Amino acid sequence: MTVVVLGGGPAGLAAALELRRRDTYDVLLVEREPALGGIPRHACHQGFGLRDLRRPLTGPAYARRYAELAAEAGAELRTETMVTGWSPGGPLELTGPRGRETIQPDALILATGCRERPRSARLVPGSRPDGVMTTGTLQQLVYLEERQVGRRALVVGAEHVSFSALLTLRHGGASAVGMVTELPRHQSLALFRAGAALRWRTPVWTRTALTAIHGRPRVEEVELTELDSGRTRGVACDTVVFTADWIPDHELAVMGGLDMNPGTLGPMVDAALHTSRPGVFAAGNLLHGAETADVAALSGRHAAAGAAAFVRGGASPKHVVSIECEPPLHWISPNAVSPSAGPPPRGRFALRSREFARRPRVELVQDASTLWSGRVARLTPGRSARLPHAWTEAVDPSGGPVRVRVVGRG
Amino acid sequence: MQEPFDTDVAIVGAGVVGCAIARELARFRLRVTLLEAGPDVGAGTSKANTALLHTGFDAKPGTLEARLVARGYELLGDYAQRVGIPVERTGALLVAWNEEQLAEFPGILERARANGSTELRELGADELYRLEPHLGPGAHGAIEVPGEGLVCPFTTPLAYATEAVLAGCELRRSTPVTTVSRLEDGGFRLATPGGGLTARYLVNAAGLHSDELDRMLGHDGFMVTPRRGELIVFDKLARPLVRHIVLAVPTKVTKGVLIAPTVFGNVMLGPTADDVERKDDTDSTRRGLDYLMAEGRRIMPELLGHEVTAVYAGLRAATEHSDYQLSIHAPEGYACVGGIRSTGLSASMAIAEHVREELGAAGLRLEPKAAPPPGFRMPNIGEQAERPYQRAELIEGDPDYGRIVCFCERVTRGEIRDALDGPLPAVDLDGLRRRTRAHMGRCQGFFCGAELVAELERGAP
Repeated sequence: MTVVVLGGGPAGLAAALELRRRDTYDVLLVEREPALGGIPRHACHQGFGLRDLRRPLTGPAYARRYAELAAEAGAELRTETMVTGWSPGGPLELTGPRGRETIQPDALILATGCRERPRSARLVPGSRPDGVMTTGTLQQLVYLEERQVGRRALVVGAEHVSFSALLTLRHGGASAVGMVTELPRHQSLALFRAGAALRWRTPVWTRTALTAIHGRPRVEEVELTELDSGRTRGVACDTVVFTADWIPDHELAVMGGLDMNPGTLGPMVDAALHTSRPGVFAAGNLLHGAETADVAALSGRHAAAGAAAFVRGGASPKHVVSIECEPPLHWISPNAVSPSAGPPPRGRFALRSREFARRPRVELVQDASTLWSGRVARLTPGRSARLPHAWTEAVDPSGGPVRVRVVGRG
Repeated sequence: MQEPFDTDVAIVGAGVVGCAIARELARFRLRVTLLEAGPDVGAGTSKANTALLHTGFDAKPGTLEARLVARGYELLGDYAQRVGIPVERTGALLVAWNEEQLAEFPGILERARANGSTELRELGADELYRLEPHLGPGAHGAIEVPGEGLVCPFTTPLAYATEAVLAGCELRRSTPVTTVSRLEDGGFRLATPGGGLTARYLVNAAGLHSDELDRMLGHDGFMVTPRRGELIVFDKLARPLVRHIVLAVPTKVTKGVLIAPTVFGNVMLGPTADDVERKDDTDSTRRGLDYLMAEGRRIMPELLGHEVTAVYAGLRAATEHSDYQLSIHAPEGYACVGGIRSTGLSASMAIAEHVREELGAAGLRLEPKAAPPPGFRMPNIGEQAERPYQRAELIEGDPDYGRIVCFCERVTRGEIRDALDGPLPAVDLDGLRRRTRAHMGRCQGFFCGAELVAELERGAP
């Protein structure tokens, strides 16, 4: 019995570790980068490992720790190897320095992670100068390649990762001229916001859009537009960092013919993280962009339990009912209901909204029956609210989709 | 014996046209010098176009452009196969979206016949939707142009320049020509920041700046007005939506917005057509992008459900004339190759052939070299042929061809290494991108950007 894990970030490593803990399986983990650990490798700040390893670590230390644990547990960890082919029903085609090979595993866990949408995908017009990057590139430039990134940077976005970009900029010798978000307020912790304001006097320009980038060969100025007044202004800077606006790295999932969820843009999964293809599971930020590394790792652990049960001869559950969000809700995960899938990771459904709301009432409805209704603490774009899961018992397997909606605010 | 000139032929501009001319002349016993203002060949107008291999069916019959596009189509098609330039023969569908556009069909077919394109065929709406099922609603019919195809706009000038350099042509990059003057007893003096150069013959292939060079020599034949074209490139996951090049019915002002696959397996939407003032104004604009997205939504609504991978803008060297501005001033030995618009990629080899013939007639001695042209093959960056990562035997010989560095485009460390080496090495990230596809994909450097920057510095001499 061989279980293959695709992706050596927190979710994939935690999955490989958990599979080996449940022993009996040959576990092959495939990672396309030369090093294991995924994004935390170049997120050089504290705060990793709280929920899964129960101790605070920096990103690189966290990445190293997981790689060690997975190796010690006896998983085969193959780096510099990429899946270059997969089709519905077909085997995996791997390419790496050892050559090319195909394998047909007994179960598969996809943990390919997510990335930030680059400037082009956000259709920001202007020139195409040097100095425009995502947080991912910024962190690698500063922490892995140890190089200068500019002096004055504009940070696009005001989520957790945007504040992480601030730290990286400071570390790389640059200051942030400001953070810009189209939303009415930042989406991170008040502590981070206050810290940035106090330590570096970084302004957060809310309800403001980045509408053009100018300069050549390097960024010289950006044009910002206040959404409510339509007023534009120029801000001088030499670097623009596009943060957040995550998209799952879902190309493999699409190649493999998995049903995709229109909200998360990741594969549709039930509470066991089983996709629409029997024996294929998905975990971590491939499911939805993006949660913290420890949450991704716990999701990997959860998928491993599902994959282990499947390999032991568990039935392959059919997604009988999908869960769909109504605006302003953005996505819910997991997003399919199968009988006997058990509880979702961490005993909760994660719900995201495109708008802010404080203590809104949320309702889950299937056809004419209300499955659950209650208040959630708050909805913040880019951060997950938790929903309970007991209602899944009441889903009618022959009914229509479960709809999630906000019915009342405040 | 002291040579009276530093070089026999100086070619100003290493775009696709200048490179093609350098390649053509390097086959003869001549000293050829190719001067490029920018850091690399093919890095200006040539890199930012729609990358179509045109048959020339829609050119104005009887023009030089019509003749050279038709001839260039054949020449480049053969050459591409020989040296490994990616080409895809997709065919094109010119779609009418209303009765008015449908009424243009007889004229288009007539013009194509006059241009010698005989394979065109009119299709009804039903057949059109069978051939291109993801088209938006409301198409009335189409003309099928089976010969139209795609050609790699990056590899083409690189291949020409590589062959020229291997054959002995001297290539000087980052060498802008600041002034040109005639020498008293014939020939030319070119000034560059790195020093002067004298040449017996001069070829002006300076693209957007060809009119300025022309005026320095006292001519006043044309003026270049940069016409900007903005383009949007969609994710590879959109590629199955599009089977042909989907053309619009041209109007007097523009050929309209097209949707086409790319040789890299993406889908392209564009271009816009706006006259701009500055010859370096390759900015994309809100208005342009909004217009393209609206056109895309109409032509192929599903396309807009996919991620955008890249946005870019190129400048066409448009002039006040409707034809290429190609003139040979025989007594002085000056060839002006100006006003070459977007068809120049397809026509490039025919333009070079034409310039060579005209210079020969003007007295340039053309003795073929004893040695055969250098044998070489360009690294394949197209999706139609095997890429290095797919070749087990190559990886076995050198594991670096199995080490994928750019995940989105599946570019290996071996290819990066090759691009930083060889007769025409990349000197910047853009050059690396055009040689290998690295950094060209959906993540735009999220994963490999930092590593490529480091590789470039390690590779720099």
